[in-house]
Amino acid sequence: MTRLRNIAIALAAPLLAIVFSLAVTSLVIQISGGSASDFISILFSWPADRLLVNIANQTSLIYLSALAAAVGFRMNLFNIGVEGQYRMAAYAGALFAGAAFLPGALNVIGALLVAVAVGAAWAGIAGLLRVTRGVSEVISTIMLNAIAITITGYLINTYGIKAGDSRRTEAIPESSQVPGWQPFDKAAGEVWTLGLLAVIAGVSFWLVLNKTRFGFDLRATGQSESAAIASGVNSKKMTMVTLLISGGIAGLIWMPSLFGSAHYYGTTFQAGLGFTGIAVALLGRNRALPIAFAALLFAYLNEQSNRLTIEAGISVEVIQITQGIIVLAVVIAYELVRRYRLRAEEREVAQAPRPGATTEEVSA
Amino acid sequence: MTTSAVELRGIEKRFPGVIANHDVNLQIAPGTVHALVGENGAGKSTLMKILYGVQKPDAGTITINGETVEFSTPSDAIAQGIGMVFQHFMLADNLTVLENVVLGAEKLHGTGAKARAEVRAISDRFGFGLDPDVLVESLGVAARQRLEILKVLYRGAKIIILDEPTAVLVPQEVDALFANLNGLKEQGHTLLFISHKLDEVLAVADAITVMRRGTTVGDPDPSSVTKRQLAELMVGTELPSPATDESTVTDVVQLSVEQLTMIDEFGRTILDGIDLQIHRGEVVGIAGVEGNGQTELVEGILAMRPTQGTVRLGGDDMSGWATRKRRAAGVGYIPEDRHRHGLLLDSPLWENRILGHAYEEVAVKRGWINRGGARQDSERIVDQYDVRTPGIDTMARALSGGNQQKFIVGRELSGEPSLLIAAHPTRGVDVGAQAAIWDQIKEARRAGLAVLLISADLDELIGLSDRIEVILRGRLVGTFDPRTVTPQDLGEAMTGGQEEA
Repeated sequence: MTRLRNIAIALAAPLLAIVFSLAVTSLVIQISGGSASDFISILFSWPADRLLVNIANQTSLIYLSALAAAVGFRMNLFNIGVEGQYRMAAYAGALFAGAAFLPGALNVIGALLVAVAVGAAWAGIAGLLRVTRGVSEVISTIMLNAIAITITGYLINTYGIKAGDSRRTEAIPESSQVPGWQPFDKAAGEVWTLGLLAVIAGVSFWLVLNKTRFGFDLRATGQSESAAIASGVNSKKMTMVTLLISGGIAGLIWMPSLFGSAHYYGTTFQAGLGFTGIAVALLGRNRALPIAFAALLFAYLNEQSNRLTIEAGISVEVIQITQGIIVLAVVIAYELVRRYRLRAEEREVAQAPRPGATTEEVSA
Repeated sequence: MTTSAVELRGIEKRFPGVIANHDVNLQIAPGTVHALVGENGAGKSTLMKILYGVQKPDAGTITINGETVEFSTPSDAIAQGIGMVFQHFMLADNLTVLENVVLGAEKLHGTGAKARAEVRAISDRFGFGLDPDVLVESLGVAARQRLEILKVLYRGAKIIILDEPTAVLVPQEVDALFANLNGLKEQGHTLLFISHKLDEVLAVADAITVMRRGTTVGDPDPSSVTKRQLAELMVGTELPSPATDESTVTDVVQLSVEQLTMIDEFGRTILDGIDLQIHRGEVVGIAGVEGNGQTELVEGILAMRPTQGTVRLGGDDMSGWATRKRRAAGVGYIPEDRHRHGLLLDSPLWENRILGHAYEEVAVKRGWINRGGARQDSERIVDQYDVRTPGIDTMARALSGGNQQKFIVGRELSGEPSLLIAAHPTRGVDVGAQAAIWDQIKEARRAGLAVLLISADLDELIGLSDRIEVILRGRLVGTFDPRTVTPQDLGEAMTGGQEEA
């Protein structure tokens, strides 16, 4: 009974947050001279085939990014540097795959490993700074983001091959390109096969965090570092390992796109996913399944918003207002729910019978 | 007889499962420095919060200058001329002295020239030496404290509560503070000074009230009472009937600590060559005034902080082992601060069963969480140790302190530990839980457990221990037999005895 009630409350919070943010965005549009009803009707109309494919693909990228952020959040580490980590990894992965040291599928696996290693290493710099010098990972990862942009920019400009006005890495040989799944006609595009990486990462995230000693130690450290240390957790090692995992997942973010359609690092690179991931992780309370829904929601809103300008003359950017308010509202709602639950539990404790009563009697 | 500035009668305050204050009586004469002393957890802070309107008493009366009052919020207390200086300063570093003072009290003298003049006047009157236009970040600790006092004076306080004001000061600053306090007193202010540093209390107080276990236990005269007598009052002088159960001490040494030394990051010696042996079936109690190295001794034995020296458990030399390996070797640990070290407050009880025991088969199997095992064993603990909770899915935070502690005791006695480190195992728990916890420790001892007991409660030390060691400034300075020891002996050893007697 209690369980059902708890689930209902947990679902109500994000739903109310979405409704609230849509209402506020509508108001903003109305005030600034647009049509709120157009906004709502476009947002809720069924997306075209092409958009459906995009939504699926974007969901996988956003989901990976959110998982990368969530691993850190679960132990109170604020890895704001997913953005820089996946950029470095994307470049390194594309470079490796383009060089074609290995044949076919081996080249794909090799490139994925390189990307994970580079993402982890980039996050590891922040980890080292934190455990040896006590530098806040928030500061160092933000700075590493800027450095990553500069480094990749420099490398591509210096060593990249010329393609029209811009430069890019060598394209992946055809034997290493990963064909996707084409649910509609050819024009609608393909769902990237490596999007499955997101599924694998999600299941692993859930398994490791909830079912293993390592995950328990990680969560314990996040809840109370002092209690974790007393329980025998080596908090420095934990910080380092968590940041490496976070950066490693970040390394995978752009891989589905690289092998599925981009084929090289250049103008095709999609920036900004690292920051989207932070918001999505918050929205999904850093839990594997809720994050998946949150990623889907963000991908859906992003894709649908592209139609706003064309069909209703509303600026695409309003969708960022919607997304921002969803996150803010949901953070507040979760806190209210948390307090409500605690009070409810304290009331239950006050009425608790002497132990010895069976659990059935208690929950009845 | 003059009217008391403050008079508390029969104050009582209960929290779920804990009686924080009961039958508290306190009388403070106007124009005096009145010290309130007691160990941590004796109920001083609750009493202060009641007097400052942060919490409402469940029973009893507060009389200020002969008038019975009721406070709902601190503003009610401030309106009655009560001010409070907290131990942790509440100042904005990036604002000036003046801005910090007027913040929240803009209505009194505005924020401009009038306020500046007032701040200057107060500072000059009491010799605080505070410039209204200096940034707070440039002030030292002592000056910040004077600023906190200035803040309450600015708000018209005649009765000032100071919560352990010397805790943050170096000795010279303490002398300066006491000079300030005397200045305040001469100008008719009444000061309530909270502390557990006995030297300071005796140096500055005109009257003393001692609290123990939530109640006031005496008002010794500061001109005649000795430090030793004060210490006895604080920790309790009523000797419980000596433990009648037979000694279970064996010849087998379970814990052997040799030359354990801890130097902190500032280069101070916190533990100084501790030698300690505990046999199977033996409870060794560590007595001492707080802050003499008890906490560090525990953290050193558990490798939570780096030390030099040898720690052996049974036949194993654990010196190079990390915390988890030491605990897995059979060390149970009831921490001094259960919220910081013993529990994940926002996790359900059954997950708390795993905390610190992730090496036990019942909690973790081959790296995987044993959910079924942990849940089942949590049920057992709840049952066996009488933990009052609706179930094992309840968050630890929702439980009362006594029940949280019973759960921790149950957990730490699980998995057949060979050594139990119990730091203040019954602090802040109600009487019923206290008796239950004592019984469980006695029973485990009978089964051959070695116990290191740290306590500030003499009743507990004498009632449970087979041997009492006294710790003073990081060294073990005396061994006593609890069956024959007198509180005077212990008090003397705890305060460095002879040198001041």
